[in-house]
Amino acid sequence: MHGTQANVQPRPEFGKLGMWWFLASEIMTFGGFLAVYILYRAASGGGWTETAEHVSIALGSINTFVLLTSSLTIVKSTEAVNQGEYDRAKNYLGWTILLGVVFLAIKGVEYTSEIRHGFTPITNIFWNFYFALTGLHALHILVGIIINLVLYIGAVKGTLWREDLGHRIEVAGLYWHFVDIVWIFLFPLLYLSY
Amino acid sequence: MDHNGNTELRENSFWRKYLFSADHKTIGKQYLWLGLIMALVGGILAYFMRKQLAWPESETLTPNVYNAFVTMHGTIMVFFVAMPILLGCFGNFLIPLMIGADDMAFPRLNMLSFWTFFVGTLLLILSFFVPGGAAAAGWTGYAPLSAKPIYTGVNWGLNLWILSLALEFASVLMGGVNFMTTAITMRAEGMSWFRLPLMVWMQLSAAIIFMLSVGPTIAAAVLLLLDRLVGTGFFVPAQGGDPLLWQHLFWFFGHPEVYVVLLPGFGVLLEILPAGSRKPIFGYRIIIYSTLVAGVLSFIVWAHHMFVSGMNPNLSMPFSITTILISVPFAIVIFAMIATMWRGSIRLTTAMSFAIGTLMTFLMGGVTGIFNGSAAVDIFIHDTYFVVAHFHYTLFPATFFAAFAGIYFWFPKMFGRMLNETWGKVHFWLTFVGFNLVFLPMFRLGMAGHMRRLADPTQYNFLSTESIKSTQIFITWAAIGLLIGQAPFIVNFLRSIVAGEVAEENPWQANTLEWSTASPPPHGNFEVRPIVHHDPYNYSSPDADSDWLPQDQSLEEITT
Repeated sequence: MHGTQANVQPRPEFGKLGMWWFLASEIMTFGGFLAVYILYRAASGGGWTETAEHVSIALGSINTFVLLTSSLTIVKSTEAVNQGEYDRAKNYLGWTILLGVVFLAIKGVEYTSEIRHGFTPITNIFWNFYFALTGLHALHILVGIIINLVLYIGAVKGTLWREDLGHRIEVAGLYWHFVDIVWIFLFPLLYLSY
Repeated sequence: MDHNGNTELRENSFWRKYLFSADHKTIGKQYLWLGLIMALVGGILAYFMRKQLAWPESETLTPNVYNAFVTMHGTIMVFFVAMPILLGCFGNFLIPLMIGADDMAFPRLNMLSFWTFFVGTLLLILSFFVPGGAAAAGWTGYAPLSAKPIYTGVNWGLNLWILSLALEFASVLMGGVNFMTTAITMRAEGMSWFRLPLMVWMQLSAAIIFMLSVGPTIAAAVLLLLDRLVGTGFFVPAQGGDPLLWQHLFWFFGHPEVYVVLLPGFGVLLEILPAGSRKPIFGYRIIIYSTLVAGVLSFIVWAHHMFVSGMNPNLSMPFSITTILISVPFAIVIFAMIATMWRGSIRLTTAMSFAIGTLMTFLMGGVTGIFNGSAAVDIFIHDTYFVVAHFHYTLFPATFFAAFAGIYFWFPKMFGRMLNETWGKVHFWLTFVGFNLVFLPMFRLGMAGHMRRLADPTQYNFLSTESIKSTQIFITWAAIGLLIGQAPFIVNFLRSIVAGEVAEENPWQANTLEWSTASPPPHGNFEVRPIVHHDPYNYSSPDADSDWLPQDQSLEEITT
């Protein structure tokens, strides 16, 4: 018998499976948020329309496009890893990080202009929800950027490709897609429903 | 034994070995210590509450402090005793051993999970000492009471309470991800799903129920914290919020949480009963299917906590029906346990005594649950001591009787030494008698209309009668007895770790894989990865020479 410690080798399916279970619980968390929001909004009988139309549909749409594109780039990155083209994988990962940062920057511009116009997190129940939901989502984006950044640094150093760790991009991609999908729900619910 | 070779390969410093260890066995034991210490804290809180209730004129606790103690007692016992012992300890310690793996799939995540839990526990303890004292809005944290600091006079105490629960949830989520991934990917050769020990099934069911139900409560906790810190009004009617929503979101998780605690408790019983009766488990698959059905049903019973909350009364009937329905699968499991013992050669060890004690007491909890679950009856007994008695008859058996059974059973595997059986039996009888003397009279108090969470019941005339007062004093003395009855356990536990009789590999002659390795198992658990040949409850098989047949021994090996 050799090295009892070394027996637990990280295997690709560990990470993917673990991430799926984590996402299952995340779905329930965001599901809870969205259910509450929808219930409140339905109960308001259209009373929120007046205040809700002050969100910027233009910026929201641009952000939707940015986030969807970033999902594409991380898929491209995974694909490149699987084909052994590590340079291409690294570059696509970089684009994903950049697009994530652009998303947060645009979100920051939105927040600033909204608060300047007097719509703060405590203005009324709609803005309570708007800031809570988008804020929590932005936090998830930030976590995703950090994860991708750690992988990117590993890719630049070359350590990421060791010991078949390339699948980590796929696992990070699962998370990134999830955050993207949450936005796909948030965007129509917060920006488009009158 | 490859112990020496093992240490040569990997020198573990003291810190890495005992404190910041990624070994699932050490982490399991860390959870056990944490849970036992917190149980002592929770018990002491209960003692002060009982003293106040029996002799209100002594003014042991002011009403505000009483509220804080009620809140913290519930929070500690459910989240910081039941969870770490039943899931944290038994889950972490047993799952890899029982499936024949050398550790969890994510050992470092496991370590992170424990230390997250530990910080959460520290925050909760810390909250006693901040200005304004600890959280005082009940363990359910009902809004709007919890939504604004002015309502309870508690500011940071309640914020810390939310934060410590958030850390606990995060920790158990990490644990759950680990449990699932480990069980799916790391089972030994031959360990098919229907050869898994039921303990593993119960732990996995609990983990899934937890992971899928806690989300909405996390969402609610975030919103509550925003209400308190930022000034939003999600649960404040004056700002357009709805306090009832908190109850829905809380109980959507709060009720499944009962089963998260209960199922590992059942798991303990399902291992001990066959080994203690020398018989195969009765209805292995039926138990699994019943558990899964109960798991699904547990998501649609939550509003039975809210029959008198002001929610739409039309919801009462459906939730009554689902609530009473969920007793069916659990009754099946209980019957299977009783049938397992039927005509067995019962070995009445301490573990077995506690297992049978769990069954007897939990039965009372289950039956009174039917009362509470029927909306028409619940309207009468809601928020009285009847409910208090009911949930102590469900959670105390799971958290203490089953946990003690498990501790007496697996202690040899954890620490390599036996607990003293004689003192174990003394401990059992003191706990069993003490528990019933404390909680049985509470049903009567509840029927007499005694409300929960009253610091001074004598403010009501109908609760000032001699009969009620003497019952209160009786319960308090019984509670003191129950607390003192834990002394034999504490002494036995501490003494046996250093001076107990050295345990052999398989002291209970049980079949599951953890008994096929050294006590305690070496780092990496098994010298040779076991291969599984049988289901785990092959007791008194006519084909084998002995009355047990370990899972990793094939019949050919024995007969040749």
